[in-house]
Order: sequence, then structure tokens, then C-alpha cells
Amino acid sequence: MSDFAKLVGAEGPVTVVGGRTRWHVGGAVHSDAREVHAPSGVVSYDPAEMTVTVRAGTTTAELTATLAGADQRCALPERGGTVGGSVVIGENHPEVSGRGWLTSSVLQVTYISAEGKVVRGGGPTVKNVSGFDLPRLIVGSLGTLGLVEEVILRTNPIPPRSQWVESHDADPFTIASQVLRPSAVLWNGSSTRVLLEGHAPDVAASLNSLTSIGSWSEVDGSFDLPQYRWSLQPAELNGCSGTFVASIGVGTVWRDEPQPRPALSPSVIEISTRMKSNFDPTGRLNPGRSAF
Amino acid sequence: MTTADDALLADLKRVLGDRVRADSAERALLRRDASVFDGGSAGPTCLCESTEEVQRVVRIALAHGRSVVPRGAGTGLAGGAIPLGAPVIISLSRMNRILEVDTDSRNAWVEPGVVNLDLTKHLTPLGYHFAPDPSSQQVCTIGGNVGNNSGGPHCLAYGVTNAHILAIEVVLADGEIVTLGGLDAEPSGYDLRGVFIGGEGMLGITTKVAVRITPNPPAVRTLLLSFDTPRDAAATVSAVIAAGIVPAAMEVMDQRITIAVENYVNVGYPRDAGAVLLAEVDGLPDGVDIDAQRISDIGREHGATDVRQAASDEERMLLWKGRKTAFGAVAQIAPNYYLHDTVVPRSKLADTLEEVYRIAEEHDLAVVNVFHAGDGNLHPLLLFDGQEPGIYDRVHAAGAKIVEASLAAGGVLSGEHGIGVEKQPYMHQMFSEDDLDHQERLRHAFDPACRSNPGKVIPVGHSCADIQSLRNVPEEVWG
Ligand SMILES: Cc1cc2nc3c(=O)[nH]c(=O)nc-3n(C[C@H](O)[C@H](O)[C@H](O)COP(=O)(O)OP(=O)(O)OC[C@H]3O[C@@H](n4cnc5c(N)ncnc54)[C@H](O)[C@@H]3O)c2cc1C
Repeated sequence: MSDFAKLVGAEGPVTVVGGRTRWHVGGAVHSDAREVHAPSGVVSYDPAEMTVTVRAGTTTAELTATLAGADQRCALPERGGTVGGSVVIGENHPEVSGRGWLTSSVLQVTYISAEGKVVRGGGPTVKNVSGFDLPRLIVGSLGTLGLVEEVILRTNPIPPRSQWVESHDADPFTIASQVLRPSAVLWNGSSTRVLLEGHAPDVAASLNSLTSIGSWSEVDGSFDLPQYRWSLQPAELNGCSGTFVASIGVGTVWRDEPQPRPALSPSVIEISTRMKSNFDPTGRLNPGRSAF
Repeated sequence: MTTADDALLADLKRVLGDRVRADSAERALLRRDASVFDGGSAGPTCLCESTEEVQRVVRIALAHGRSVVPRGAGTGLAGGAIPLGAPVIISLSRMNRILEVDTDSRNAWVEPGVVNLDLTKHLTPLGYHFAPDPSSQQVCTIGGNVGNNSGGPHCLAYGVTNAHILAIEVVLADGEIVTLGGLDAEPSGYDLRGVFIGGEGMLGITTKVAVRITPNPPAVRTLLLSFDTPRDAAATVSAVIAAGIVPAAMEVMDQRITIAVENYVNVGYPRDAGAVLLAEVDGLPDGVDIDAQRISDIGREHGATDVRQAASDEERMLLWKGRKTAFGAVAQIAPNYYLHDTVVPRSKLADTLEEVYRIAEEHDLAVVNVFHAGDGNLHPLLLFDGQEPGIYDRVHAAGAKIVEASLAAGGVLSGEHGIGVEKQPYMHQMFSEDDLDHQERLRHAFDPACRSNPGKVIPVGHSCADIQSLRNVPEEVWG
């Protein structure tokens, strides 16, 4: 049994504290819940294999720095906080088209169950269909099904060149037809920023094809993103107004106010409720917080 | 036939008319899928044509105390679609319409019986394709791809099925209809969509799927590298990944299968090479030339004796045709094959491959290797004549050793074919009791009574509910 498993134990309400960067998501945790911290540190990193094994309490900043040392990166958003916190929140990187979806990048999870047992799901290799997919269940679960101790993540090479460009006159909805696989297309209602990545000649060629739909200048990075994420369909984005940054082609919109929680269907709620009670029959894991 | 069966059939016929099949030929056919496993007796087969029909059939089966098994094209290689305990078979192959394609949002709604390649053919004139491309894509269905979270040669860069599914309409084992996931960027709640994929028909029945469609890349370069040994080919694959290149595909074939393929398609695969590596990069013209050159250089550093780049689209297609018909070509060597599927870390490919040859020799079996090398996904084919007495014992014994060797190398039980009944006995080698218990809890959240495809994946004896639902069948049922 791991030290973290002992710490979590098998009884009484318990909550894991990460970086508190998304503490509000899913509702307030009951005040009687005992606070614990997940262990930290990169356990092993094999750049040639493009996977990293990292403990949940590691800061995303530390992980980012470790990977950058081998010219790699991963799908976790680099917005502060811990690896475990980011995995259970489940948000994708704003440049998701270049980084990949978080849910596809968590290869293996090790978590402590409500009964205080160490449980492992998934596997260490980049491809795996051995049994039911516990990693995908844990991503976005807000710590309500198990408390994450360690994960194995897929990593990716940092492209030889990354360049943000901005236009005030281009129609953001026509960019996808001009550029193959932009890593991000962000639009704030008046201007558009596009992240082009790849071999230098490809980036130059993409920039060149963009000039047919507007004038562009190089910029240092993305827009500052408002605090709250909204999840919309890509087709709905042209209706955005007010203060916002929208990820064209993806559907994420950042705003100053939170998105009203969409109503889930009764059947989805039924499955989710059963899931929660199957994994945490006494409701001791992060009590008060709900993922659905 | 018993009165219980008569009553079940009568109820099913009221919904489906002559689209219920219960004659002995049909039932015999459905005892198996493309694996070597025989499920025993299939119950009646229902050729459903709509979600509502699936729902009604599920409810009728439930009322008669029978489980259901969803079935696509039956090309699964782990016995996922074989019947255990005379279940009602729900065939989705007639639900094969492409319902809606939205190129602006890059998604499409399809029915589960749509054949994988038919979807891509439909999308080609629009400039898109469906990225997962199993070698069986001419026949396997999208519902089966979702059921097994299938991969294919081009899943190296693009990801397996799970990365290409946005939403799934499911008929649950109690007959409820539910949509998992959605077309929006990050649907809220647990990722039930993600969890459902690879559920091998045990979490419910897929009746509609929203897939992501992928734009066709403007430039593609396909390289054929020849080596003296499979070890050199495998080492090249590891070195390419280590160099930070993520090709669209990297497939390896050893000499024996290369010769068989060449006899079959005649496209100039070298007969004298110990192994070949088919590597493909796609994207914009300049970048693909850079990567093709780097792969070629890395290959030569690792002993490539020849590097050839496909000169035309036609040549490229022919090379791929060779790779994708490899399993068919095997028939020249032996009447039967058993295709294994494990994954190892890419740095362990060469060693594990040698171990596979050694295991085959030890069991006096011929083996050929043709596999998705880029992600460490081994596919040893054990070749044999099924008529030879006792042969299956040797084949299974060798298979068990291959699984053991893959796990010992830090690998996993299956990369894309799933667990089904095939790998069930090995689950304990990869997972603890507690791990399996949690997989079971996940399953029960979808199907608490274990009515959908019971008896697979989780090792026998682990789940009481599964055994219960298999035993519910009247004894004399269906012979
Ligand atoms: C020659 C050959 C080559 C192959 N190459 C590859 C390859 O490259 N990559 C790869 O990943 N696989 C490969 N396979 C395996 C197989 O083709 C895939 O697993 C495929 O996705 C199965 O599709 P199917 O329609 O035949 O499904 P089936 O075999 O009919 O079913 C597979 C599983 O999914 C379930 N299922 C099917 N339809 C539904 C549904 N609508 N709802 C719920 N559950 C459902 C079944 O119950 C079963 O558990 C190959 C097989 C062969 C014979």
C-alpha cells in the first residue's frame, strides 16, 4: 500500500488539495472533509518513448519544464496548479488542435479508491485496449471517483517552429480552409490570432496562404483568456458577442462569467449517479463536489 | 425447440417480421467471429433497421430473461461478438446510412452498420476521411470500431477510434435510449462517451455515432525501407520516434509475409529483404520532404539496404494494398492462422520480436510478423493446419508465452483487438483484483444486471451477475 493510500485511508470525508486554481469547479467541498495532498515528482521520463510517469501533486510548471528539457510537451493546460488537479478538471489546452485532447493523452491512472485501495487503470503504452477505460473515467471526474496518485501521460515533440499571427480583417471561419491543421484559431470579435506550427517552410507557406484572406502580422502569443470556459458547438461560435475569446473549429469560448450548467439527460444522470455510488458508496471523496 | 423459445420468437417476429432469423444455418454461422473461438449456440438473430427496433428487441429479450449480443460485421479477433448462453443477437449491419455530413464543423452522423471504408469513400470527394483505418476496413463497421476502439496503420499520428468520436446514441441494456458526449467542445459531466468506446458491446448497443472527419492532407510521402533483419527495422522505428518525428504510419513486415504479399499483389516488395518498413508522412509539401529525408537517413544509419519512395499515388496505393491484404496472403503459407495483438514500449520492439520468433520455434510453429510498429503494436501470426490433432493446444500455449513476454517487456494485453474471451484468462496478469473490481463497477454503472454481452472481458468467476445472466437460459434451449 502506498503512503498516499494510508493518508487517504478508508473512512471519513476527504479532499485532495492541488493548486487551488480551479477550487470552485463542481461545487464547494464540505468543510468537515480532511485535506490531503497527493505526492509529487516526475517518476520516470523516457523522451524516446514519448511517455512520462508523474505523481499527481507535481506542478504543471515542473512537468512542463521537465518535458521542455527534451524538446517535448503534453496536452495538459499550462495554467498553474498540479498535474492531478488538471487531469480531474479535464480542461484541454487552449491550443488543443496542436497539443491533442487531454482525454486521449492519459494512458494510465493510479488512484486511491474510496475503500483506501490502490487501483490502476489503463496501461503504460501509447496504444492499449486492455479492459474498460478507467483513465477516461477519471479525466474530468473532479476527484469524485478516486483520488489520483500518479498518471502516465503521452508526450509530443515541440514543433521546430511555432508562430502566432494576428489579423484584424480576416474572417476567422475561413481559416480552416486555408491552413492545414492550425494549432489554434482564436477570435475575440474584432481580431483573430492563429498559431502555426511545424517545419519552418510549412509555417511560411501557411502564412502565405493566409494572406489571401486578410493581412497578418506576427505577434508574441495568444490573447489573454477570460476566466471561464464555455463549451459550444463549433457551428455556434459566429453568434458570440460581448467580451469573449472563441476557439474556432473547436467550440471552446472563454468569458468573464461562467456558463450556466447545461441540463444533462435523465439517463445520463442515472448512469452517472450509479457510477458515483459504485465507486464511492459512502460519498467520502470530495463530498459536496459533483461532476454532473 | 421449447415453448420458451417459441414465445420469444413470436414476440420478436411481431416487431421484425422475417428479419428475425432462427434457422440452424444462421445460428451456426453466428457461433463465431473472425477469431478462433466458438461461442456455442446463438439465439435468434435480429436484423434491426432503427434505434426503435433495437430498443424493442432489447426489451423483449429482457422480458424473456435473455441477454443480448450486438454484432457488426463479425470481424473481431478476440471473440467479442460470439454468443455465450444463447443470447439474442442484434445485428446492426442493416443500419448503414450516413445521415449527415457537416464539413464546416467537421463531423458526421452515421449509423453503426456503416462500413468503415464506405464512410471514407463517401467523404473523399468532399476532401475528408475517417481517420481510423483497420486493415479490415472494407468490411468492419463503425459500430464495431467503437466497440473495440479499433486502430489501424494511420492511427499512429491521428489516434485510434476514441479520438474520432464525438457522440454516441446508445440503447442501454434496460432499453433506455441515451446520447453520450456531444458536438460541443468539452461536454460536461463524466466522459461517458470516452468510457463507452472499447466497451466491447458490454455497456450497451450503439445505434448512432457522431464522428470527427479529418481533412485529407495535401502532400503524402510513402517510403519502403528494406532491411536484413526485423531487428534493424524495429530499431529504425524506435529511432524515428526518438528523433521527434511522428509519421502518419510505420508498418513492419518480415520476410515470409513480404514474399506472400508480393506473390499476391505484385507491386515490387523485395523478396530478399529480411524485413520491410512502410513509413508514411503527410502534411504540407516542404515538411513531408524534410521528414521523408530524415526517415530515410535514420533507416540507412540502422542498416537499411534500400530505401524507395513511392513515385506516384498509384504506387502508394498499391504498397498499401499489399500491407492491408497481408492477412489474406497468409493463406498461401498455411490454411489457418492465429493473429495475436499485444503492445510493448517501442524501445523493446526488437527484443520482443526476437522473443516471439523463439517462442514459435519452441512450439514448433511457423510465425510471421506484420504489425503497427510505430506504436509498438505487435501482430504475430501463428500459422498452422487446423486439421492437425492437438494443434490448437500448441497454438494457445505459444500465444500465452507471447502475452507473457509482452507484459514482461512493460507492455499490455491488447493494442486494438480487445479482450473479448481471448484475453480474459490473462487479465489477472496485468491487473490486480482491485483493478478488475473497478472495471466491473464501471461496467455495472451502464448495465447493472449484466444483460449486454455478458461473460466477456472481466475474467470468469469475477462477476456473479454475469454468470447469473448466462445461466438464466433454459437448459435445452437452442440445442
Ligand atoms: C483481416 C483482419 C484485419 C484486421 N485489422 C485490424 C486492424 O488493423 N486494427 C484493428 O483495430 N482491428 C483489426 N481487425 C479486427 C476487427 O476488424 C475490428 O475489431 C473491427 O472494428 C470490428 O468491427 P466489426 O464490425 O466486425 O465488429 P464485430 O466483430 O461484429 O464486433 C466487435 C465487438 O464490438 C461489439 N459491437 C459491434 N457492433 C456494436 C454496436 N453497434 N454496439 C455495441 N457493440 C457493438 C461486439 O459485441 C463485439 O464485442 C482485423 C480483423 C481482421 C479479420
